[in-house]
Amino acid sequence: MATVELRGIKKIFGTVAAVNGVDLLTSDGEFLVLLGPSGCGKSTLLRMIAGFEKPTGGQILIGGGLMNDLPPRARKIAMVFQSYALYPHMTVFKNIAFPLKAQGVTKAQVPQKVEWAASLFGIGHLLARKPRELSGGERQRVALARALVREPSVFLLDEPLSNLDAQLRASARDELQQFQRRIGTTTIYVTHDQVEAMGLGDRIAVMKAGQVRQIGTPQEIYDEPADTFVAGFVGSPPMNLVRHREYILGFRPEDFHPRNAINSAVKTAPFKFNVSRVEYLGADRLIYGTLVGDYSDQKVIARLPVTVTEKIDAGTRYDFTVPEQELRFFDKTTELRTSPQPV
Amino acid sequence: MEASTSVAHPQNSAPNAKSRASILDSESWLGWLLIAPAVLYITLLVGLPFLMALYYSVSDTTTGGGSMGFVGLRNFTAVIGTPKFQTALKNTLTFGLISQVLILILSNALALALQRDFPGKRLIRFLILLPWVAPISIGTIAWLWIFDSTYSVLNWMLRLTGLVQGQGYMWLGLPHLAMGSIIAVNIWRQLPLATVILLAGYGSIPQDIHDAAAVDGAGFWRHFFQVTLPLILPITLVALLFGLIFTFTDMVIIYNLTRGGPFDTTQVLASLAFYTGIAGGDLAEGAAIALFLFPLLLAVALGFLIIAHRTEVT
Repeated sequence: MATVELRGIKKIFGTVAAVNGVDLLTSDGEFLVLLGPSGCGKSTLLRMIAGFEKPTGGQILIGGGLMNDLPPRARKIAMVFQSYALYPHMTVFKNIAFPLKAQGVTKAQVPQKVEWAASLFGIGHLLARKPRELSGGERQRVALARALVREPSVFLLDEPLSNLDAQLRASARDELQQFQRRIGTTTIYVTHDQVEAMGLGDRIAVMKAGQVRQIGTPQEIYDEPADTFVAGFVGSPPMNLVRHREYILGFRPEDFHPRNAINSAVKTAPFKFNVSRVEYLGADRLIYGTLVGDYSDQKVIARLPVTVTEKIDAGTRYDFTVPEQELRFFDKTTELRTSPQPV
Repeated sequence: MEASTSVAHPQNSAPNAKSRASILDSESWLGWLLIAPAVLYITLLVGLPFLMALYYSVSDTTTGGGSMGFVGLRNFTAVIGTPKFQTALKNTLTFGLISQVLILILSNALALALQRDFPGKRLIRFLILLPWVAPISIGTIAWLWIFDSTYSVLNWMLRLTGLVQGQGYMWLGLPHLAMGSIIAVNIWRQLPLATVILLAGYGSIPQDIHDAAAVDGAGFWRHFFQVTLPLILPITLVALLFGLIFTFTDMVIIYNLTRGGPFDTTQVLASLAFYTGIAGGDLAEGAAIALFLFPLLLAVALGFLIIAHRTEVT
């Protein structure tokens, strides 16, 4: 077990700062997700923690020890790659045994440990096969078993689920989380998929342009976004952001209701909503349209659960409201969260 | 009638357009058309001479004409027993195998080095390719001067650095030195191609695999011998195959540098075939010598290709 600490980490490629001053501290056994759009520097950050890239500035500490100048093999980490990176010429057994042999584990212990790791992931019957004879899900398990077998103090995972089909991804996500809880090893997980991030992470670090914009529990990230980027990146559909006077007003689509559908005792902010399109998604309805009046035709989305039965038609104007406690305010110039304003 | 001719007109032109389109559109015809020059070239300039050589080797023909009569395997049995042939066979194997082993080691080292990023990498890559791009006869003539008994640049440098006193070595005049010299030139000549082939092989290994090996705790040697080398084995075999065939079938280096001497110590089968068949006029025996290695090379080529095909690297 160990913590990972990053102090002012920078990575500059030519004139581009891929990672620009990241400070981060995991707690022991935590599942931390690095979330961000492609090109935000999350993979570069992970590669620096692993030791594949040298930071241009800053310090990397694992278990309290400075790692900057140590090669990957000396960092007591294990990594699972997006491509799985299994050795194609070796059987599953040899793939899992490779890190053990490299570590100098005695010959007698190798088969024992390989079988233990294989049984954890239910791939004991595949040990004699070559990677190309495995399905995507099986390859992913082999990659996990290979990472786990030498009991590292930190797990690094680089989008390990993105090559699986949607159905398999859901079950793999579940297994991954259960497995991480069971072994309790500090894990850093990189993804651009917010559903994965929300579902897996104890905490999420949302990145953009080489910087961490917010770090917090999934609920904090969702309910209390630190800036408009986080607000707009997390959630599907994302938070509605509308310019209003000197600030930007944010509210989640699910908090945007027809006025009649809400308890009149709750304090609400009223909106005139011109509906342009209605999407039926089974459990929800997505209502697309523009705000009128004070809000100069800005586009917003409402998400109505199936329990709201009020009839909504495209091409019609409705009275909608948002409970005041669900309104979020951001500064117009800095785009950072500010204190509540009168609407 | 008027109406029918005006209808007939477009009908007449239609088959024309159709036939023009069909030659270029039909894959079977276009395929033959495109491959015809290559087939013609191989048939006339490689296939025909090869068949002629096959027949010469079992005939009694000479450069002065002669009967072209069939004599069975007499040429082979006559030539195989001679000390000249046996020396040439031994030299061929020594020359070929030592060259290839050294080329494999050196080209691997070079390719590994050129994988890394460093200033001037493009220039170095270009310089390494030069021996392969330059005409071989010009290259070997330059080497002739480097090895020259009187004006040898090599001896001059050795004297200058104090490694040798007096005259220096007769590089092409002493048996072991002559063999060493032609091996060195052959390596110089073939290293670029092997390096380029291996570079392509190294480049085809995904970076993730190297990263996985690094994070799995493999040091340089374990990484190289257990991960990198098995993954480039198929392409290494291709490089080796090219190298062996070029070495066993080529005699330009030997012809320009030693003419097989001194005392036949650098005579290989290719040069012996030339001296016997063309210079000596005995076409039949020359053909027999030249064809002696053909079955062996064919078997080696097939073996390599089968291994390369079976090796699972994807």
